[in-house]
Amino acid sequence: MNLGEKMTIKTNLKNILLVIFTTLILSACSTAKKSADIEGDVYTGKETVEYLAAGVPDRVFFATNKSSLTSASRATLRKQANFLRKNKNLNITVEGHADERGTREYNLALGERRANAARDYLMTYGISGKRISVISYGKEKPVNPKSSPISWSQNRRSVTVKVN
Amino acid sequence: MRKLIFFIFLNLIFVNNLFALIEIDITRGNLDPLPIAVSPLHVDIKSESFNDFKVKNLGENISEIIEKNFRNTGLFNPLKKDAFVQKPDIAHLKPRFEDWRLIKAQALVTGKLIIKDEKLKVEFRLWDLAAAKEMTALAFTTTPSNWRRVAHIISDKIYERLTGEEGYFDTRIIYVAESGPKNQRIKKLAIMDQDGFNTKYLTLGNELVLTPRFNPTNQMVTYMSYFRNMPRVYLLDIETGTQDIVGNFPGMTFAPRFSPDGKKIIMSFAKDGNSDIYTMNLESRKVERITDHSSIDTSPSFSPDGKFIAFNSDRSGLQQIYVMRSDGSNVKRITFGKGIYGTPVWSPRGDLIAFTKMHKGRFYIGVMRTDGTGERLLTENYYQEAPSWSPNGRVLVFYRETKAGEKGEGFSAKLWSIDITGYNERRLSTKTDASDPSWSSLLSK
Repeated sequence: MNLGEKMTIKTNLKNILLVIFTTLILSACSTAKKSADIEGDVYTGKETVEYLAAGVPDRVFFATNKSSLTSASRATLRKQANFLRKNKNLNITVEGHADERGTREYNLALGERRANAARDYLMTYGISGKRISVISYGKEKPVNPKSSPISWSQNRRSVTVKVN
Repeated sequence: MRKLIFFIFLNLIFVNNLFALIEIDITRGNLDPLPIAVSPLHVDIKSESFNDFKVKNLGENISEIIEKNFRNTGLFNPLKKDAFVQKPDIAHLKPRFEDWRLIKAQALVTGKLIIKDEKLKVEFRLWDLAAAKEMTALAFTTTPSNWRRVAHIISDKIYERLTGEEGYFDTRIIYVAESGPKNQRIKKLAIMDQDGFNTKYLTLGNELVLTPRFNPTNQMVTYMSYFRNMPRVYLLDIETGTQDIVGNFPGMTFAPRFSPDGKKIIMSFAKDGNSDIYTMNLESRKVERITDHSSIDTSPSFSPDGKFIAFNSDRSGLQQIYVMRSDGSNVKRITFGKGIYGTPVWSPRGDLIAFTKMHKGRFYIGVMRTDGTGERLLTENYYQEAPSWSPNGRVLVFYRETKAGEKGEGFSAKLWSIDITGYNERRLSTKTDASDPSWSSLLSK
C-alpha cells in the first residue's frame, strides 16, 4: 500500500463520518422538534388546547403524579381569571384529568387535586368560588388516546369549561 | 340472590375421609396436574322434558363444565373421553378401577341425573382409583334451569375434597363492561358466572360507572357512578335493581368497598381537592372520618376480621401502601420497595395483601404479607391493576390494558387471573372488553 492510497481511504472515511454526523444532527433535530412540546414532563404545546376567548387557553398541564402549577400554567390561569372578571355572569367547571399510567382510584383523587389547584389559583385572582365547580374524571376521558409520553402529557390536565 | 337459591341438599350419601391416597398440594405451583376422568353424568331414561331443555345432552354438558373448571385451575388434567372404558351408568354404580387406572386416571367422577316433576335431581361420586374407594358423594335437587350451577357446585365439592380447601367455581364476577373508542368509552356494570357464562348488564351505559364490589352475601354491589355528572358512590341491589346514592357528601366519593360484616361502606371523599377515607354505616347512616391528612388517601380495604384497613396514600411523596387500625389510629407504611404501590386488597384468609406495583414504566400484580414483608410479584405487563381475590384466597382476578396507537387503535381491556403461586395465568372470557373485576364469595355456602 502506498501513501496515495492511504490518503484516499482517509478522505473516504472522513466523508462517511461527515455523512453519519449530519444524519445524526438531522435526526436529533427532528426528535428535538417533537419533544420541544414537553418541559420536564409537562406539556407546553398548543395541540389539543381550546380557547375560552381569543388568547385565553382553556387548559393547563401537569407533571406525572403532580398537581403543582408551572409558571406557564399560572400565566394561563391569570388570563382565565381576567376573562372571568370581564364576564361576571359566567360560571365554570374545572375538570381534572390524569394520564392512563396510574391506578384508577388514585387517578380520580389526582384529577380532583389538579382541578382544585386551578380553582384555588383562580380564586386568588378574585374569582368567587361560587362560580367555580370542579369535577375529576381521573383517567376516564383522555383527550389523546395514543399510548405515548406526549399524549400522556396532554392528558394530564385541568380544563376550564363554561357552564352557562 | 340468596332467595333464589333453593338448593336442597337431600342426603350426604357417603363421605369417606379415611385412607384417601390422592391429595393435591395447592400451596405451590403445580407442574404435574392430577389426571382425572370426568364421566358424563348418566341421564335417566325416565326423565321428562322441561321447557326446551335438551335433557339428553345434560349429563354430557355438566361433565364438560366440570372439566373446564378443573383444567382452568392448572391443578387437574381432565382426560379425553374417547379413552373412557365404562358406560356412565355402570361406572357410577361400581367402577372397574383397574380399567380406569389403565388410562392413567387417578380420580374418577361419575354421576346421574333425572328431571321429574320439573325438578332436576343430580347425584355424583368421586372415586379414588388407586385406593379403589369412593371419596365423596352427594345428591341434590334444584330447578332444571340451574344446571350450570349444579356443575359448578359439583366442581367445588371435588376441589374441596382433593385439595382440602374451599373451591371457587360457584361464584360470579361483577365488572365494568367497556365498548367504544378509547376516548369515548361506554361503561356498564356487568355480572357473569366465573366461567364467563350468563352475562347480564346491570346499567345501560348512559353514565360512566367504575369499581363495582360485592357485599359479603353477594346481594348488594357498591360502585361509583357519574349519574347526573356527580361522581358519587352508589349501592345497587342486584335482585331488585334499585340503586341508591351512599350518603349525602358535598363532593366526589369514590373507591368504595364493604366492611367484612357488610354493614358499612368504606370509601374516599374528596373535600376541597383532598381525598380522605370515610366509612358510612348503611343502617344508621352515620358517617365517620377515618383519615385526616393533606395527602391523597384512597383505595381502602378492610382486613377480613374488620380490625385493620389497608389503603393507598402519597403522604410520603408517591403512592405507597399503609395499614392502620379500623378507627384510623396507628398508621404504618408497609411498602418500601422500588417503585410505587397502589390498590391494596386484603386476602379473604387474612394472611396476604394483593397490590399493583408500578416500576420503570411496567405494571405488576403482587402479594405481600400484611406487614409488607415477603413481597412476591406474580405478573408483569404494560398495564394492569385492580386485583380481586377468589373466595378461597388462591387466585387473583385483575384487568389488563394494551397500548394504543395514534387514534386509540389496538387498545383493549381484558380480565385475567393468576394463582398466587405465580402460575396459571389466563384470560377470562368476557363478551366485551372488561375492567375493574370483583369476585363474589361462594354462592351456595
